[in-house]
Amino acid sequence: MSYLELLKLASPEAVVVLTALMVLSIGLLSKRAMAAGGFVAGVGVIISIVTILLLPTNETLFGGMLVISPLASLFKIICLVLAFFTIVLTQTEKASRHAGEYLALVLLATVGLMLLVGSEELLMIFIGLELLGLSLYVMAAFDKADLRSAEAGLKYFLFGSTSSAFTLFGISFIYGMTGATGLAAISTKLATTSVQPLLAVGIVMTLVGFAFKIAAAPFHLWAPDAYQGAPVPSAAFIASGSKVASFVVLGKIVFIGFSPAQGSAGWHAMVAGWSPVLAALAALSIVIGNLVALAQSNVRRLLAYSAVAHAGYTLIGFVAGDREGFSAALFYTTIYAVTLVGAFGVVGIVRRETGGDNFSNFSGLASRSPLLAGCMAVFMLSLAGIPPLAGFFGKFYLFSAALHAGANQALLWLVALGLIGSFVSLYYYLLVLKAVFVDASLLAATRPMERVRSDFLQRATVAVLAAAVVFLGVMPNVLTSRILAAIP
Amino acid sequence: MVGLVTAIILIPLLGALAVCTWPQKNGRPIALVFNVISAGCALMLWRNFDATAIGLQFVERHAWIPSINGEYLVGVDGLSLLLVLLTSLVIPFALLAQPAPDGSRAFYATMLVMQSALYGTFTAQNFVLWFLFYEMSLIPGFLLIKIWGGENRDRASTKFFLYTFLGSVAMLLSFLGIYLAKGTFDFAALANLGKNGVLTGNFAWLAFAGIFVGLAVKVPLFPFHTWLPDAYQTAPTGVSMVLTGVLSKMGVYGFVRLLLPLFPNEIRVIGPWLLALVVCSIVFAPLAAWAQRDLKRMIAYLSINHLGYCMLGLFALAASPAVAARIDAHAALSGVFMQIFNHGITAAMLFYFVGLLEQRRGLRGIDNFGGLMQRTPLLCGWMSVAMFSSLGLPGLNGFVGEFLIFKGSFAMAAAFTAIAVIGLLITAIVFMRVMQSLFSGPLAESCIAFPDLLRKEKLVVVPVTLLMFAIGIVPQFIFNIFNTTVVHMARLLS
Amino acid sequence: MIAWTIYVTFGGAILLLFLPRAYARWIALLTTIGGLILCLVTFVQTPIPDLAHFTTLVRVPWVPALGMNYHLALDGISLTMVLVTGISAVSTVFFSWDVEHRQNEFFFWLLLVVGGCYGVFLSADLFLLFVFYELVIVPKYFLIAIFGSTNKEYGAMKLTLYSFFGGMFVFVGILVAYVAGGSLDLNQLSQFEFSPQLQSWAFPVLFLGFAVLAGIWPLHTWAPTGHAAAPTAGSMLLAGIVMKLGSYAGLRVAMNLFPEGFQMWSKWIAVLAVTGIVYAAAVALRQRDLKFVIGYSSVSHMGFVLLGFATANALGTSGAVLQMFSHGVIAALLFAAAGRMIYRRTHTRELDALSEMNLSHVMPFAAFTFVIATAASMGIPGFSGFAAEITILIGAWKTFPIGVWIAGGGIVLVAAFTLRALKLSFFGEERTEGKIKNGTTLNREQFDPITIPEKIGACMLMLTTFAVGVYPKLLLDRIMPAVETMRFLR
Repeated sequence: MSYLELLKLASPEAVVVLTALMVLSIGLLSKRAMAAGGFVAGVGVIISIVTILLLPTNETLFGGMLVISPLASLFKIICLVLAFFTIVLTQTEKASRHAGEYLALVLLATVGLMLLVGSEELLMIFIGLELLGLSLYVMAAFDKADLRSAEAGLKYFLFGSTSSAFTLFGISFIYGMTGATGLAAISTKLATTSVQPLLAVGIVMTLVGFAFKIAAAPFHLWAPDAYQGAPVPSAAFIASGSKVASFVVLGKIVFIGFSPAQGSAGWHAMVAGWSPVLAALAALSIVIGNLVALAQSNVRRLLAYSAVAHAGYTLIGFVAGDREGFSAALFYTTIYAVTLVGAFGVVGIVRRETGGDNFSNFSGLASRSPLLAGCMAVFMLSLAGIPPLAGFFGKFYLFSAALHAGANQALLWLVALGLIGSFVSLYYYLLVLKAVFVDASLLAATRPMERVRSDFLQRATVAVLAAAVVFLGVMPNVLTSRILAAIP
Repeated sequence: MVGLVTAIILIPLLGALAVCTWPQKNGRPIALVFNVISAGCALMLWRNFDATAIGLQFVERHAWIPSINGEYLVGVDGLSLLLVLLTSLVIPFALLAQPAPDGSRAFYATMLVMQSALYGTFTAQNFVLWFLFYEMSLIPGFLLIKIWGGENRDRASTKFFLYTFLGSVAMLLSFLGIYLAKGTFDFAALANLGKNGVLTGNFAWLAFAGIFVGLAVKVPLFPFHTWLPDAYQTAPTGVSMVLTGVLSKMGVYGFVRLLLPLFPNEIRVIGPWLLALVVCSIVFAPLAAWAQRDLKRMIAYLSINHLGYCMLGLFALAASPAVAARIDAHAALSGVFMQIFNHGITAAMLFYFVGLLEQRRGLRGIDNFGGLMQRTPLLCGWMSVAMFSSLGLPGLNGFVGEFLIFKGSFAMAAAFTAIAVIGLLITAIVFMRVMQSLFSGPLAESCIAFPDLLRKEKLVVVPVTLLMFAIGIVPQFIFNIFNTTVVHMARLLS
Repeated sequence: MIAWTIYVTFGGAILLLFLPRAYARWIALLTTIGGLILCLVTFVQTPIPDLAHFTTLVRVPWVPALGMNYHLALDGISLTMVLVTGISAVSTVFFSWDVEHRQNEFFFWLLLVVGGCYGVFLSADLFLLFVFYELVIVPKYFLIAIFGSTNKEYGAMKLTLYSFFGGMFVFVGILVAYVAGGSLDLNQLSQFEFSPQLQSWAFPVLFLGFAVLAGIWPLHTWAPTGHAAAPTAGSMLLAGIVMKLGSYAGLRVAMNLFPEGFQMWSKWIAVLAVTGIVYAAAVALRQRDLKFVIGYSSVSHMGFVLLGFATANALGTSGAVLQMFSHGVIAALLFAAAGRMIYRRTHTRELDALSEMNLSHVMPFAAFTFVIATAASMGIPGFSGFAAEITILIGAWKTFPIGVWIAGGGIVLVAAFTLRALKLSFFGEERTEGKIKNGTTLNREQFDPITIPEKIGACMLMLTTFAVGVYPKLLLDRIMPAVETMRFLR
């Protein structure tokens, strides 16, 4: 294996790294760093997507450290697309003094995502996790003028590093017990040995790290502050790209690495393994996320708690434990990410125009900007699971996979919990939409309505994302067939 | 002639539409025109009616709601024809008697819809269709009392509607039960089955009770009569005429057509109780009338009494344990039919006269008048004729019916008939009192300016009174209509 | 061809959003009339034997991995419901002719509801049916919360959350059917033999979910509040058609897929139905607000539908379908008269206030409409309600004789409260110093005359209920064969 061949296989990541470096230099040299840097970053991302398409279909290097498979390629593309939209969103921020650094951080975080997605070996996964994490901590704290941003960054950092420590500890246990770090090798070892307590501890601790990353309860406490305090593009990226990649990796670890230790989470047939652990996480996330979201009056904080709940729904797919479940979970997290980027796009614009993102700032959005109001409606309703939007199909897919999996609908309890959660969530999403659509009539008397100014790029992005949500709801096969085909 | 019956039913509906849409404001001429047309059709019906044939004539039969055996089945026999003729007579009479209280066209339209419902009720031969027309008369009745009535019209109209509706729901449920047991809604078929005992056991009693209650409310029979005095009193004159003249006959018709043929055994079992109820009607009603001050209310109570005679004849025939002689059965039944027709005309006339008095005086209490004989002799004279007819004086139409009923019933249920005679006595007292109060004595202050019968009033009064005399003297021409039907039915019922 | 009703409606809805406000109502009118014409043409042209089976119109793979197809089908029952949707939609647009602000949004949400209803009635794939079923929920919220009247935000939220709550149960039921039956195709699933043990719990879950939208007692409280809060057009559609989505789906999905489960639970359904009939009628008797009276009357009439279903025989079920049609028209007429004709002009719906006005003198056409509507609602023969109710009662007698007597009592109660509403609203009397006047101090000029669109809408509805009442064979001929092929019949 020559370095040139390695470079070819790692070309997507290399392109993005190069782009990051270029953007850094532009930041130093140019006056309009944000625009120019953004343009360059966008182009770089697109080139990277093209290189992925040129890669061979299947390659494994260094015992799983770099894996090129249909699943990895598909999700690298998805992460790059999400990064692209995040970069577009950065343009809504007021010209910040460190545009180059910011964009570079976004791109480096993207590299972390790609490394995560493209690896089936625990150490590499950890590296990717750390690269992603460190970039995100700084991105969260980036707005030095805002106290909230600093708080977000600090909380995120503290939580994040603690859970990274847990993860590393767990990995070391697993290495100690199985003598391997490649996922395939681990699984063969686990198949032969019985699960000893120490091994179980190792597995659980590894899972804890990822539970933090996906903001599953009870490891979610960083999320509200991060979502609310961080600058909008950072929050969007945390909510979308980071989540998607984390789920892909978590899936790989449990399905490939820990597959012999699966266990079962059926109501009458619980067997110890990672499945009941994930089921417990899912149940907790759904309950806590939805209930606390009911009490919120700030849109971003509400989105944070709802993120917790949606992590719970996605985990149901994992609990199902088969191909269909995995595919459903990945589909759901993808459309969720798209929806969140769009929602944050609207939030960013409103925040810039009205100075805040509480419910009162959204009042009467329907009269001030019908396009934004319509798009917000699409996003909120997709999250609530209303057809014909993508969220509805995603939930259906998840729940049917879960029921298919157990014998005699053993996972019905989890599905029922998910449905109850959806029901509760409809209420708070409708509250947001109530502010947007209904309160217009109340406010018109007190305050004249100014139109929300947004330039073409921002409107186009939000509209494209909303259209994507609708499209994926009506023709989900476009995505589901690809995901299902990509899973071995 | 095919379609004649349907034409008779539809013409008043078309008339209602015409009244509403004709540009001219006054609806009365149009309503009368349509009435003339339908009366003409009724006369044609009479002319082509074969008086010797048994069974229905002018039958029209179409499938309507096959899934529940609801057919559009109309036809006439003697009884139906009689009632159709009565309707054709009373309603124009009522329309002439009363200009709409506020000149609105809706009054005439509503009356015409009511008329159509009445025609339908008397000619329908399938329960579903019959029920449709029966209910169809409820809303117009309600509206006529509620909108154009006098004091207390709110309560009176609501009571009228709800009592009748309750009764009809009970009837509906009972008929559904019968349908499910026997699979048909056809009256003729059911009558045949009834002869052989339609239903047995507790269920029969339940169905009987349901239908009985429904019809008893309509007639009305004591103790289901409490809606009537209010309704008759408060309705405008023309409406009262229709209510007493035709609507009450729906109940009696229902008894003859529905209840008696279907439940011969049940009636026989509780016969004495039924007769007791009837006698209460006959005796208590005029007693109540005696106590009234309001003339309209008085006549309302007297209506209950007269309809009681019809019921007496029917129940005596159907409920008597003894096997009645053929001639007595015929007498009773003929008397009932005759009384139906006669009472219709007579009671309508009485209300008309009270209406005339009310128009002149503005009030209608028995104490508001005095000595009218001196001022309006013609009015008093013709009114007395009507009152005597109601009383049952020989030579007038009322006598014929009442005599036959008493003759027939006495043979079949002697004790009850004997008690019922008291009713006659009390009715006489009531009328005498009225005549004395109104006609004789010194002329009251308030009546000095009364005009005697006007020309238009004479045009109405004279022909009808002559008819009353005609029926009283040569009743045969009416008998011919329903003789065959009577024979057939008497055989069925006893 | 009838599938085009869905496309035309949704297309119209989206088109509306982009055109200027003045065109909104015309586009809505053209769209709904187009849909109605398609329904009528199909109604007349389809030979009756073809309507006995649930015949496929369109079947296109959608997500093959999950066995989802875009599958539409038609039978007599669907055709009846599509027809009533069409009639109702057109009259609703007529009665919304004078909406003053945000017309685009108003008609957009309205057309979404109509399109969703068409979709439910024509779906033959479980997932597709559920998509259309849930799609209707959110437009309802916006219609009421933005354009409604009394207590609109509370009413809207309550109605939406209840609908979604029912939807949850439906979701579980559908998932279970899909997982156990291995298919989402309604025709295939209706042949599949589910295990009785599964059916015993899956049926009540599924049926209850649908029945919430149908207003089953005691989960009915959203209906009066929501319908009273909704704008007139909203109430007409919501009470008229959307409630029927629940009962239709209950018939098509719950009862047909889980026949043994249905038989286990049919007695309970009958009990709840009869309780609903009587309870709602009794409560309506005490209401002060006219729209609440009508809202409760809807619950009572839907009780008849559920009773018809519970009889499990062809006659009762056909009567129930006919009642769905009939009530769709009657409810629309009642709300139109109360909301549009009265409220818009007098700005009050309190029966006590209305009874002082003696409206029959100043609004004769409205009075006439309301008289017809109340007569039809009471079940007076000659109108569609009677034909439906008598068929249901005959069907019910075979299986629940006691229920029939109680339902009969319910009919009388219905007549009582309807009469009270009629009396107080239009024929109330002005009282001055204890004496009752016959006329009224209000004169006609004080009120806007009933506009032409309102008259057209009212006449359409009145004609429909009269035509079906006089000649119910028109619909029953198409409904009964379709019902007879269903497998839950005893």
